[in-house]
Amino acid sequence: MKRADALEAIYDDLKTKLVVTNMGAVAVELYNLGHQPGFFYMEHSMGLASSAGLGLALCLPGRKIVVLDGDASVLMNLGTLSTMARYSPHNLTHVIFDNESLLSVGGFPSATSTGTNLALVAKGAGVKNTGLYSDIEGFQGAYDEAANRDELSVLVAKVKAVGPTSFAMDIGLLENRFEFARHIKDLRSE
Amino acid sequence: MPVSVDNSQIIYDALKSVGVELMSALPETWLVHLVRMGEDDPDMKLVRLNKEEEGVGVSAGAHFAGTKSVMLMQNHGFLASVNGIVSLAQLYRIPLLMLISYRGHMGERDPWQTEGGLSTEPILQSMGIPYHLLSDPAKVEKEIREAQTLAESSMRPVALLLTRDLMWED
Repeated sequence: MKRADALEAIYDDLKTKLVVTNMGAVAVELYNLGHQPGFFYMEHSMGLASSAGLGLALCLPGRKIVVLDGDASVLMNLGTLSTMARYSPHNLTHVIFDNESLLSVGGFPSATSTGTNLALVAKGAGVKNTGLYSDIEGFQGAYDEAANRDELSVLVAKVKAVGPTSFAMDIGLLENRFEFARHIKDLRSE
Repeated sequence: MPVSVDNSQIIYDALKSVGVELMSALPETWLVHLVRMGEDDPDMKLVRLNKEEEGVGVSAGAHFAGTKSVMLMQNHGFLASVNGIVSLAQLYRIPLLMLISYRGHMGERDPWQTEGGLSTEPILQSMGIPYHLLSDPAKVEKEIREAQTLAESSMRPVALLLTRDLMWED
């Protein structure tokens, strides 16, 4: 499956959520589907998108938070799975697109290409709801279940190592950041 | 364990008085009472981390959610968090209050703490992070309030170094 297609399959639901992405291709592909004020593209600090999602989830228990992450980012901060499992926020879904590659920086193979199974790592870290999916239908079904589940889920989607032709996004880092914060402020005052 | 309970309480009360509702922490000797106070406080979200850098992400998420937070860590934890501080808190202008136990400074008996003690202030300076040393319990409340105020107004990280004079009772 292609990550862009997997994102498209869940985009309608993502529009209704607060979404944090990691850097690179995931951010661009989500942005290309249509930017929303509830989307925050964390364009650096590899590994911390999930930590930010955890902070959001703990502080906004009435909102569903989705983190869109990549294998190399999670590998850089593997402890995050254990920290998330420890607090198991009921409103957090962590999607890891695993293309077994550091695609955005030249396509070097990541450690998932040599056998690391991030769904099993998450399971071992203590996350109850985990799974590894290699086709759109399987992934979409698992995502829909996670979206309706009142429990932490970590979903690993095996995707091809292909990305967007351009990484251009017509939104500044700070513009995105302030819009996201403002959006949450507005939601909280509703 | 001669870590000052009284001064830990003064620090904790000051954090509460400026509205901190989330505390991320990694256990460290000087911070044991502070972590326990967070644990015993039903109004405090205590997030125990595996590595301090995670706390930068957690604090960023908390900030977006409108929640004031503090990172509680040893100076070696600060060193382990540098990229997160630069590429998240500084890049994205996240107000980040950091309380850092200042190991390896004057009076340090543990040889393994001493290199971190030497590099802590130069690295804070090179990152452009405003910091104060907290030594006098009478000034703790004011210093924490001022640090929190500057973090919020500048939308940047601000550090307070907890010294041996404040934390340790020989």
